[in-house]
Amino acid sequence: MSQYLISHWGWYPPLVYMLMAMLAASLVLLVIAGGSVLFIWMERKVAGRIQDRLGPTRVGGKFGWLQTIADGIKLLSKEDLRPEGADAMLFRIAPYVAFCASYGSFIALPFATGWVGLDINVAVFFVVAVLGLEVFGVILAGYASASKWSLFGAMREAAQVISYEVPLGLCIVIPVMIAGTMDLTKIGNLQSGWFTNWYLFHDPFTFITFFVYYTCALASVNRAPFDLAEAESELVAGFHTEYSGLRWSFFFMAEYGSMFLVSALGSVLFLGGWNGPVPVAAWIFGEHASQLSGVAFVLANVLGLMTFILKAVLGVTVMMWIRWTLPRLRIDQVITTCWKYCTPIAAVMFVGVISWQLMGLPSGGDVLPHHEQGLRRLPGSLRERPFEAGDAVPAANSVGFESEHADRERGQADG
Amino acid sequence: MRTGNGGRRMGEINGHTVLFLFFGILACLFSLAVVFSANVVRMAFYLILALAATSGLHFLAGADFVGTMQLVLYVGGTLVLLVFGVMLTAQNPFISLRTAGGDWIVAALVGGILLVILVPVAFQIGLPPQDAGDIEGLTQREAVASSEPVSVPTATRIGLGLLGVPGDDVSGYLLPFEIISIHLLVVLVGAAYLARAKRKVVVRQESQNSAGS
Repeated sequence: MSQYLISHWGWYPPLVYMLMAMLAASLVLLVIAGGSVLFIWMERKVAGRIQDRLGPTRVGGKFGWLQTIADGIKLLSKEDLRPEGADAMLFRIAPYVAFCASYGSFIALPFATGWVGLDINVAVFFVVAVLGLEVFGVILAGYASASKWSLFGAMREAAQVISYEVPLGLCIVIPVMIAGTMDLTKIGNLQSGWFTNWYLFHDPFTFITFFVYYTCALASVNRAPFDLAEAESELVAGFHTEYSGLRWSFFFMAEYGSMFLVSALGSVLFLGGWNGPVPVAAWIFGEHASQLSGVAFVLANVLGLMTFILKAVLGVTVMMWIRWTLPRLRIDQVITTCWKYCTPIAAVMFVGVISWQLMGLPSGGDVLPHHEQGLRRLPGSLRERPFEAGDAVPAANSVGFESEHADRERGQADG
Repeated sequence: MRTGNGGRRMGEINGHTVLFLFFGILACLFSLAVVFSANVVRMAFYLILALAATSGLHFLAGADFVGTMQLVLYVGGTLVLLVFGVMLTAQNPFISLRTAGGDWIVAALVGGILLVILVPVAFQIGLPPQDAGDIEGLTQREAVASSEPVSVPTATRIGLGLLGVPGDDVSGYLLPFEIISIHLLVVLVGAAYLARAKRKVVVRQESQNSAGS
C-alpha cells in the first residue's frame, strides 16, 4: 500500500512510511483500548452470570453496553493521588511502562495473513520477550508506591512471572519446532485447511501442550487463580493499591491487552490462527488467502481476521470463566504448579513431539482423508536445503515473504 | 520495489536515519542518566531503557534475532537484577550512591581508553566497497538503510550454525555450544545447591529449637 502511494500518487516516501506506521499503531491501539472496554464489560457480565446475577443492566440499554464508558469517565474525573513517600517519577511512569510492554508485543502479532504491524521472522520470540517486560511496570509500581502491600504484590508477581517464563517458553517452542520457523505468519499459514491441520491435533503431545501453555499464559498475565499480585483479600489491591484514576486504568488496559495477546498467540500456535475449522475461504476463492491477491485477498483475510478475533476472544472468555470459578492459589502452590507440574510436563511433551517428528508418525492432518496439504513438510525440506527458507514454504506468496525472496535473489546476485 | 529515488545519496536524511538517530540519542541519554543519577533503582530503570533503545538499533540494522536476544537477555536480565539484586538488598546506605573522587579518575581512564579504541575502529570500517555491495543500483548501506524492513532469516542461520551445520558463511559451532550449555547447567545446579543448603540449615535450627522447647 505504501508502495502504491509512492509510485502512483508521488507522495514523499518518509511521509508515507510514517503515515503507514501511524495507521498500524493506531489500529493496534484500537484493539487494546477498544478490546479492554469490551472485555471489562464482558468480565462483569460473565462474573454476574456465573454468580447467578445479571451484572450491569442500566447504562446504555438492556445489557449495560456502556457501563465501561461510564466507568472510564468516572476514572478520568478522579484525582491523581500519589503517596507522600513515593518515588514520584517512577510512580508516575510505572503504568505507562506496563502498558507499553503490552502494546509493544502487539507489533509482531499477525491478525491475518500478512496483516501484521512488523513482519519479523522471530515474531514468536519477540512477542514473548516484550510481553515478559510487562512485569517491569508492575515491579516499578510496587517499589515506587512506598507501601508494603504494593511491594508484596510486586515481589509475588516477579517470582511468579519469572518462574512461569520457563514452561511457557518450552510450550511455545513445540509448535515452533513443528513448523520449523519462528515467523507467526508462516506458523499460521502452515495450519491452513481443515481443523485437523491445527497443531492442537498434530499429535497427542501437542494436545496436552496446549493446555499447559494456557495455564502458564494465565499465570504470566497474572489472572486468577494466579492473581496473587493483586490478591484483594490479603493485599488490599496488591501492586496498584496506591493508584487511582487514569494511571490505575492503564494497568487494566495492559492486563486485558496481555490477556488478548496470549490468547491470540495460543490461537496462532495451536488453533490455526486465522484458519477456520473448515476451509470456507479456500472453497469460495479457490485458494488460501496467502496465495490470493487484490479484492479476493482482502475478503479472505477479513474472514480470517474474524476467525482469529473470535478465537482470541473465546480464549479471553475462558480466562474469565476460570477466574470466577477457581479460588486463588497460595504463592507456594503457584510456584509448585510451575516447577513441579508445568515445567516437567512441558519438557516431557517437548521430548514426545521430537520423537513423534523423528519417527515420522502421522500427524492429525494425515489421519483424515481430506488432507490436501502434502507439501507442508517444512522441517524436512529445511534440513535438506539449509539456507533457502523462502522456497521451503509452499504458501510463500503473501506480503511478508516477498522481501525474503528478494533477499535470496540479492544473495545469489552477490555470490 | 523502490521507485523514484534510486539516486538517493548517502548523506541524505531518510526514515532510517531519523529512526537511527532517535534510538541512538535515546540510548545515549539514558546511559548518561544511569551515570548521573544517584538512586540505585532509578539507575536500573534508566539502564533498562538504554538497553531497550539499543535493541531498537539492532532491529534497524535488520538483526531481528539479535535485537530480540538483547531484549530477553539484557533487558530481562537487568530486570531480574533489579528485582532480586537491588530491591531486596537496597538498604539505606546503598540506596543512594555517590561517586567518590578517586572513582571518577578510574572511570574516566577506563572510559577514555575505550573511546580511543572505538573511535578509530568506527572510522576505519567506513563505507563498504562500491562494487561488492551493488544491489539494484544501490550501495549496500543504502539497501540496508531503506525504510522497508530487512527480513533475512538470521535465526535459522544461527540455529543451524549452533547445531554444527556449516553453511556458506557460518561454520559449525556445535562443540562450543555444548561446552557452554554444560557450563550453564553446572552453574544452575550449583546455584540451586547453594540456595537449598542454606534453607536446610534454617530448618534444622528450627527443628532443634522446637525440640529444645
